[in-house]
Amino acid sequence: MKNLRIGAAAGLLMSTLGVNTALAEEPITIGMITTLSTGAGYLGEGVRDGFMLAVQEEGGKLGGHPVNVLVEDDGRKPGNGKQIVDRFLEREGAEIITGVIFSNVSPVVAPAALKAGAFYLTPNSAPSTFAGKKCHENYFAVAWQNDTLFEAAGTYANDLGYKNAFIMAPNYQAGKDALAGFKRYFDGEIVDEVYTQLGQTDYAAEIARIRDAKPEMVNHFLPGGMGINFLKQYAAAGLADEIPLVLSQASMDLRIMGAVGDSAVGVRNTAHWNLDFDNEANKAFVAGFQEAYGRAPTTYAAQGYDTAKLIASALAATGGKVKDDPDGFRAALKAANFDSVRGEFAFNTNQHPIHNYYGRVVEKDADGNFVNKTVGLVSPNHKDAYAEECKLK
Amino acid sequence: MLLLIEQTLGGLQLGVFLFLVATGLTLIFGIMGVINLAHGSLYMVGAFAAAFGTQATGSFFWGLLFAVAAAAIAGLLLEVLIIRRLYERNHLDQVLATFGVILFTNELVTIVFGRQPLFADMPAALAGSVEIVPGLQYPVYRLVIILTGIIAAGILYYVISRTRAGMLIRAGATNREMVAALGVDISLMFTLLFAFGAAFAGLAGAMTAPLVSVEVGMGEHLLILTFVVIVIGGIGSVKGAFIGALLVGLTDSLGRAFLPDLMKLFLPPAEASTVAGGLSSMFIYLLMAFVLIFKPSGLFPVQSGGH
Repeated sequence: MKNLRIGAAAGLLMSTLGVNTALAEEPITIGMITTLSTGAGYLGEGVRDGFMLAVQEEGGKLGGHPVNVLVEDDGRKPGNGKQIVDRFLEREGAEIITGVIFSNVSPVVAPAALKAGAFYLTPNSAPSTFAGKKCHENYFAVAWQNDTLFEAAGTYANDLGYKNAFIMAPNYQAGKDALAGFKRYFDGEIVDEVYTQLGQTDYAAEIARIRDAKPEMVNHFLPGGMGINFLKQYAAAGLADEIPLVLSQASMDLRIMGAVGDSAVGVRNTAHWNLDFDNEANKAFVAGFQEAYGRAPTTYAAQGYDTAKLIASALAATGGKVKDDPDGFRAALKAANFDSVRGEFAFNTNQHPIHNYYGRVVEKDADGNFVNKTVGLVSPNHKDAYAEECKLK
Repeated sequence: MLLLIEQTLGGLQLGVFLFLVATGLTLIFGIMGVINLAHGSLYMVGAFAAAFGTQATGSFFWGLLFAVAAAAIAGLLLEVLIIRRLYERNHLDQVLATFGVILFTNELVTIVFGRQPLFADMPAALAGSVEIVPGLQYPVYRLVIILTGIIAAGILYYVISRTRAGMLIRAGATNREMVAALGVDISLMFTLLFAFGAAFAGLAGAMTAPLVSVEVGMGEHLLILTFVVIVIGGIGSVKGAFIGALLVGLTDSLGRAFLPDLMKLFLPPAEASTVAGGLSSMFIYLLMAFVLIFKPSGLFPVQSGGH
């Protein structure tokens, strides 16, 4: 009887060991929930393609360890995001969740991932909610914190000498963060602030208010199709030449420039990354992306690529362990030991970036393409405003 | 003052645009007794066909014609293949079946055109803006939309009140069994009417294509607004749809324009913007509720004995 029991225990031990060795060879599952449809579908497409480029560079691995990347479209709807993240976590065994574009989806997806003990790395949406008091040890914002994009735009507007501004954003968390960020750094007067609907297509009413308010400049946060619609209508209303725009990168990316054409020329905007950045990592990324997909990468692609590279650096450090060695993986992420395509990069105590913001201006190049040209440093080593509220060390 | 003029024009434009879509819906619902949730899909078909046709031919005019034809044919097929089987069924079956059509159409358009939105270029001749009163530049294209809508309304008015076809439509709305008993091919009439409504939705889709991004699912949000319009106007009434559409357009536009300023009288600016943003998006529903309190069948109820 005793022998039998020992035998059973030994068998159990061996089978556990067997499972463990099998697990170490199995790929790490990364769940990517992103926005691939609606007018903002190209945002998620950029993140996905940038991320997958990094995976392809290593032949299906990150940091030397095989990964299995699952990609699903949330359609910019929080309900979809919740369903997908639950499936990824419970059925697919995802250990890392990433990809969320919009800040109406992330407040649903991030807590679900964190509660399940998974790591949450955001390549885009980083609402103030998770940067301050509610920061979490497994939550990492790789791209930026929402507000900072607009803090930089506010600083840039000061630099350009504007004394008052009309500001506008969709009525959701990222929109509020955006306008709060702009106001935090802009020294001039806010003529009016307007909240529109998320996904709104016609901006006639808002354009009429801008005309009536006669501000020196306009700052808006309308990413994706919203920005394209607004800019086309703004130009058609004859305002593009009268009241200049000072924007953040989200409102003036490659696709928006391509779609609105000449009326984008001369628009000033701020960004943490640009196509023309002259560092080795970026040159390799831009060339690789162009070769793999036959088009120039957007900011979103750069953010997706950076996220994958960060994961790769951490996987390399822990020998391919994520949930099996959460402390090690976390410390490795925090070290940010990778070459970001944006240049200098470090995590603040709240695990949001410290990086530079640059000014850009839209120009038409010799081939008739619209490009953002980097024209100078706007805000060096920019930190978000919430890090002090975060208890993480 | 300039702001008021510009916002009123904006409201008119939204109004006539809603009218184009609502006409088909109200006729189909009022006369055939079918709730057609897929009407927004016909609008989407029009927008996609216009964007595609404009890109293929290089001319917005041909794109527009192509869009109207495509939407009419889509409507024709929809009626013959699906809607025809629903006339005798209850509303729940109709809602289920036409909701299925929405999902099907969205998926089909995704397969054909992909998930990325299309952008139709505005015809160069209409791209600029004109000074309609001193100090107010208004986009020519938006004026053209208003004009198109008014012309379409005029044509509809003429057809319905002055022609034999219109007489049959009016008779059908009141008592379709009687019309059938008098020897009119009611089945053919329904098919043509459906295609006619679809063509108007397609026209609306085509007209809007240069203004906004043409994307899958663009019809659904509009459909809700359109139902608000026909409920306010009275189901089955084209006149009601016209008045209802203008009311909804103006309420939405003026609400979005002036509510924030109104709110600032009571609240600090940041909160005022947030509250006004939320409130103005539900303003039209408040309007609908208000109208229904006094006129439960809408502003211009149709006396219907057919169903």
